[in-house]
Amino acid sequence: MEPPPPCSAAGRAAALAAACINYRRGGPSRGLELRAVTAAATQDIDNVGRKYHLKLVLEDILEKDNVVNCTAEILYHLGNKNAAPDVDFTIEGELKNTDEQDNIFYNQIKSLKKELVAQNIPDSHGNVPPEMEPIRLLARVAAGYVAWQNSTENTRYELAQIKDVRQVKRSDDYLEFDYMVLLHEFVSQEIIPWQMRVLWHPQHGVKVTQNSRQPKPAEY
Amino acid sequence: MQLFLGIIFSLGIQVSGILSLKSQYDGDQVLHIVPKTLQQVHYLQHLCSSLLLDLWKPLVPEDIRTGEDLHMRVPAPLVQEVKDSLDQHLISYEVLIHDVQALVDQSMPRVGSSHRQVPEGYNYTQYHPMEEIYQWMTEVEESNSELVTQHYLGETSENQTMYYLQISQPSNKSKKIIWMDCGIHAREWISPAFCQWFVKEILQNYKSDPQISRFLQNLDLYILPVLNVDGYIYSWEKERLWRKNRSPYMNATCYGTDLNRNFNSSWGSIGVSYNCSSEIFCGSGPESEPETRAVAQFIERKKEDILCYLTMHSYGQYILTPYGSTTEPPSNNEELMQVAEKAATALMGKYGTSYQVGATSLILYSNSGSSRDWAHMIGIPFSYTFELRDKGTHGFLLPSDQIEPTCEETMLAVMTIIDYVDQKYFPSGGVILTSGSLGLSLCLSVVFTWTVF
Repeated sequence: MEPPPPCSAAGRAAALAAACINYRRGGPSRGLELRAVTAAATQDIDNVGRKYHLKLVLEDILEKDNVVNCTAEILYHLGNKNAAPDVDFTIEGELKNTDEQDNIFYNQIKSLKKELVAQNIPDSHGNVPPEMEPIRLLARVAAGYVAWQNSTENTRYELAQIKDVRQVKRSDDYLEFDYMVLLHEFVSQEIIPWQMRVLWHPQHGVKVTQNSRQPKPAEY
Repeated sequence: MQLFLGIIFSLGIQVSGILSLKSQYDGDQVLHIVPKTLQQVHYLQHLCSSLLLDLWKPLVPEDIRTGEDLHMRVPAPLVQEVKDSLDQHLISYEVLIHDVQALVDQSMPRVGSSHRQVPEGYNYTQYHPMEEIYQWMTEVEESNSELVTQHYLGETSENQTMYYLQISQPSNKSKKIIWMDCGIHAREWISPAFCQWFVKEILQNYKSDPQISRFLQNLDLYILPVLNVDGYIYSWEKERLWRKNRSPYMNATCYGTDLNRNFNSSWGSIGVSYNCSSEIFCGSGPESEPETRAVAQFIERKKEDILCYLTMHSYGQYILTPYGSTTEPPSNNEELMQVAEKAATALMGKYGTSYQVGATSLILYSNSGSSRDWAHMIGIPFSYTFELRDKGTHGFLLPSDQIEPTCEETMLAVMTIIDYVDQKYFPSGGVILTSGSLGLSLCLSVVFTWTVF
């Protein structure tokens, strides 16, 4: 039997849980981030993998006083290292309804004469123009999906910056954006360019239809 | 007199676009020299350029001529050095103005107290490029010369100068030292912002704040606002998310060592890469980088007197204790943890920001060669890494409107630590210190495992 993982692995599992919860419940008007881990336990399941049982507190990025308690279970698979971990969670209580803000954002984009294009969100000084905040939160949701699909016990991904985002013209009701983002991996400290194709609809939520890791650009 | 005033207003007062009208010329002198030979001209040109002296006449060193008047303003701290040098070169001079500030005051009386202020007009709630930080350090020293001196620490891989500020109350007592460095990782901009804020807070409040004036009787503060100068400049000019320094490897096809993997603390053993293309490349050997050597050599020399080593990073909201290279706790672990918990509590009191406290190897990841580990290993008892805001929502790109709250809350944590160190080593008698533990860290009390067969 391997020795139990140090606490750091529990911290990474908690970050992954938060990313998944944000993927499932977040949107252009709602971002959830990890505020605290109140309990953590690990369970080794023979021939299967290692499971983390977590109690978390998440807060709403846009309204820091809005917090929710969550429980989450993450199973990192033993055999197939390419398989995404299994993540299950429950949220206690209700999240604030964001229909109104979602519709405002939706109509704003729908009424643009030309497809949206933007770079460097946030900019070097951390600033995000208010009209770009939903674009950033949407990227964060999608990055949560990418993190989930690519995480192991020894990784933790955060969205560092949107380098480029372009709206993709569509004939139906959906909004579609092609993102080139930079992910920050905490353990290796690497900045990893990643491309994501993201679909969103106020009633149908977020879907990442395609994503791919990109090569690092050549040195200056 | 009229002529001199004319000179002051037309040539003398420099107005920087960044800093407001400079108001501190105390003790500055204006020297009048008439160079006699070409040799003297060249020497004076070199003197003006290398010491960045303020030429009033002519306007630029290139226009210095034999037989023509030269007027230069020499900052007070350099007056003796410059005069000695002129004497050495047998160049005669005359003191035209003995105290520039006195003259300015006569013509432009200052409103308000004569209490020296940190550079007025410097915006501590914005991020500043390296040029401005260099300028700021000079200004801080000039404005607060009774307390602050700027010192050369060493040079970076690209030959940029590393300076630290020493805040030291004049006294007969021999003091112990608190060291704080910022900006070891280029992209962590909130870190140098905090060092500047910290200096500003001390200088603004040392006379009125009893906590600060108490510890300044016993402790000197050594602050290195930007350790990784090359990397910091690179993150402003080329690649915002750069981390390492800029030393070339592999025939200049690859750049940069992670300076916080380059110290001689179990160097190269864990949590590093031996490949230059990695962000955690530990260098070609312990202290292979000039930046690391500059810091290590200085701290090694002064280690008998250094009680506390603080190194500021971002992000994650942690106060990290030794070690990263092993899960073996340091000898004074309990005390280190208690003080850190106290600091985190103080921090949280300001805006509710929560920090996790514990050893790097337990709560973050394993890594060797960190400066904090090294400082503790050579005997500095209180050694901490701060990882400042936030927890990943903005990460390295912390918005500038968060600089102020981040610095304010972090100030409380750092003050708690300095205060504890001060009370411990310079007790005032009859004071019983209670540093109640808030309970074990999450890791020890909560994480447990069981197996299912």
